[in-house]
Amino acid sequence: MALFDRIKAGLTKTRETFFNRIGSLLTGRRIDEDFFEELEEILLMADVGVNTTLLLIERLRQEVKHRKLDQSEQLRPVLREELSQLMKSEDQEMHFGRGALTVWMMVGVNGVGKTTMTGKLAHHYRKQGKKVLLAAGDTFRAGAIEQLKIWGERAGCPVVSHAPGADPAAVLFDAIAQAKADGTDLLICDTAGRLHNKADLMNELTKMHRVLTREIPDGPHEVLLVVDATTGQNAINQARIFKEATNVTGVVLTKLDGTAKGGVVVAIQHELGIPVKWVGLGEKITDLDEFHPDDFVQALFE
Amino acid sequence: MFEGLAGRLQDTLSKLRGRGKLSEADVNEAMKEIRRHLIEADVNFKVAKDFIEKVRVRAVGSEVLTSLTPGQQVVKIVDEELTQLLGGAQSRLEQSPQAPTVVLMVGLQGAGKTTHAAKLAMHLQKQGKYPLLVACDIYRPAAIEQLRVLAETTRSAFFSLGDQVSPVKIAAEALAHAKTHGYDYVIVDTAGRLHIDEALMGELQDIRSTVHPTETLLVVDAATGQDAVTVAESFHRQLELTGLILSRMDGDTRGGAALSIRAVTGCPVKFIGTGEKVDQLEPFYPDRLASRILGMGDVLTLIEKAQSVFDQDQAKVLEKKMMAGDFTLDLFLDQLQQVRNLGPLDQLMGLLPGMGKMKKQLSGANIDDKQINRVEAIIRSMTPKERNNYKLMDYNRKMRIAKGSGTSIQEVNRLLRQFEEMLKMMKQFSGMSQKMMKKGKKGKKAPFMPFR
Repeated sequence: MALFDRIKAGLTKTRETFFNRIGSLLTGRRIDEDFFEELEEILLMADVGVNTTLLLIERLRQEVKHRKLDQSEQLRPVLREELSQLMKSEDQEMHFGRGALTVWMMVGVNGVGKTTMTGKLAHHYRKQGKKVLLAAGDTFRAGAIEQLKIWGERAGCPVVSHAPGADPAAVLFDAIAQAKADGTDLLICDTAGRLHNKADLMNELTKMHRVLTREIPDGPHEVLLVVDATTGQNAINQARIFKEATNVTGVVLTKLDGTAKGGVVVAIQHELGIPVKWVGLGEKITDLDEFHPDDFVQALFE
Repeated sequence: MFEGLAGRLQDTLSKLRGRGKLSEADVNEAMKEIRRHLIEADVNFKVAKDFIEKVRVRAVGSEVLTSLTPGQQVVKIVDEELTQLLGGAQSRLEQSPQAPTVVLMVGLQGAGKTTHAAKLAMHLQKQGKYPLLVACDIYRPAAIEQLRVLAETTRSAFFSLGDQVSPVKIAAEALAHAKTHGYDYVIVDTAGRLHIDEALMGELQDIRSTVHPTETLLVVDAATGQDAVTVAESFHRQLELTGLILSRMDGDTRGGAALSIRAVTGCPVKFIGTGEKVDQLEPFYPDRLASRILGMGDVLTLIEKAQSVFDQDQAKVLEKKMMAGDFTLDLFLDQLQQVRNLGPLDQLMGLLPGMGKMKKQLSGANIDDKQINRVEAIIRSMTPKERNNYKLMDYNRKMRIAKGSGTSIQEVNRLLRQFEEMLKMMKQFSGMSQKMMKKGKKGKKAPFMPFR
């Protein structure tokens, strides 16, 4: 629960939080049209999206009719159950390789926090005693390699890099060679941010993914799509197309320490079956938490 | 399937075809669709609600133009209101009466401030100005390095005091430096920050009161969701923004956030970012963004064309004759020509939403200008008598017409058959409208000519 205490702590500055609003809506209200309208508004304002919101509300309406409910408290377990259903995944844990080396890849559009998240993950697993190596696969953006090197220093792990403008697939190739040579446990590959509708850039990403698969037969063991919590419905498109290009296995939700609710991940999980695995809550290297759907749902009702 | 709002509205309102005015019930149905669509485009829920109310008031009872379907009429109103709300094109930076003009770049983390600072510098240089890029992001690792490299790319002057000096001091010294060295713009790149981070927002306020920026620009990712309003309101309240830069417009996002921010802050969108390269900064056109939010292709251009081309009086005469059942080949020719005045048919198809993809198939199919050319030639080869009464046609006449128009007798037959079908359809329509008239409703709209 610590995670959601922190999210809530971060949110106390905003007047109406998603959590509080659902909480108060479910306390001492009659279930009528106004009730459903307000619930719809809360869900839409949290970026849950029209489709998923209407689906949820329709299910609740049926349940209300079926069980003849009229007080909002009675709906609490129903809503919790429905949300859990939407967020549930069999595949919440991080994947590690069967062999000695595990390889993960970070992907996403520009400015979502891939490099920062790479540094945080490196730190997290370093603390668990793993030998971690980072690959500076963003050779495009000015300053990206330096940025990753600084994170590598902070986390205490080496960084494999080429010159700016180099072929990122070659960086990954070299990183794997080095990881194999020096007995690395975990290799995390940063990549350049790219918009999902740019076919050539997505092809480049597919190529990088192919290099990893060729060098490590059961890899990459995890392809993490980094999603900015302030992103709206476009995140669904992002997830869909990145999944086609690289077989995304999990979502990392960043910048959840603002006022954005990141509700679009409900739709991503529901429509595309990609589970949220991590949550980023700040700029410090320790600002990283595992995501637990049950906590998420339960936190909504506290 | 149609894509976009225009298509969906036409589906919703297709049953209304043939009525003259938009009733309250029709409009309410349409408003539901529009609201849904706007929210899917990431327009803020509350902004969408206010907007819908405005459109609703305007739409109820409004006359449907003869050339439009009710769906198109609603779309037209929505688009006009949307364009108006988005404001005029304002793609220029204000200049301070006393050089240098200070431009402060602010926004959340990862919005694209550093990149857009460099893009602005390039934009100004193209106009013969001398901007100074100032690195005030001392927090994000390598942010200064990023701006330095970008400044090299754009060949702009670059100012940094490293990451151990406070941003307020850096900004102040940069301004002094710019004054003594004769730069006319100072572009201050700042660290991304959350609008609820009091310490960092306080820092921005200090920078503001030290360097007095003429422009305080909020850089916003075009894909931002519902929270855009909260963020922008908060930045605006604390820093009095003067404009927006919408980044990542080269993505496939609808960009509804821009509308929300514009609505709550009143700040104009000054530029849009359309790529990662430093020259990819474009002026902002409200009408284009409106169409993008609505997802409509250029259907409005088509509607406007239709309005300007179709002669309203002529349409009424035509309609009367059609209702009365004395529609002739002559009138048919008139109609064809009016459609033609709109432009080449394959281009028209491309303007319709959802048709873009089908364009290829269509050009291979029978809807092309050549087909119409032949139809025209056939009708023009008939005598006035024949045009007024197609039943006169016998084998000899048809042979003459085929020869005269350079077509075959089969083609003449096909045209006559189609014309006959059209007449049947019209009779059904006029029958319907007479029933409607008995109920006190007036059938006003002529069915659009099918040509197949």
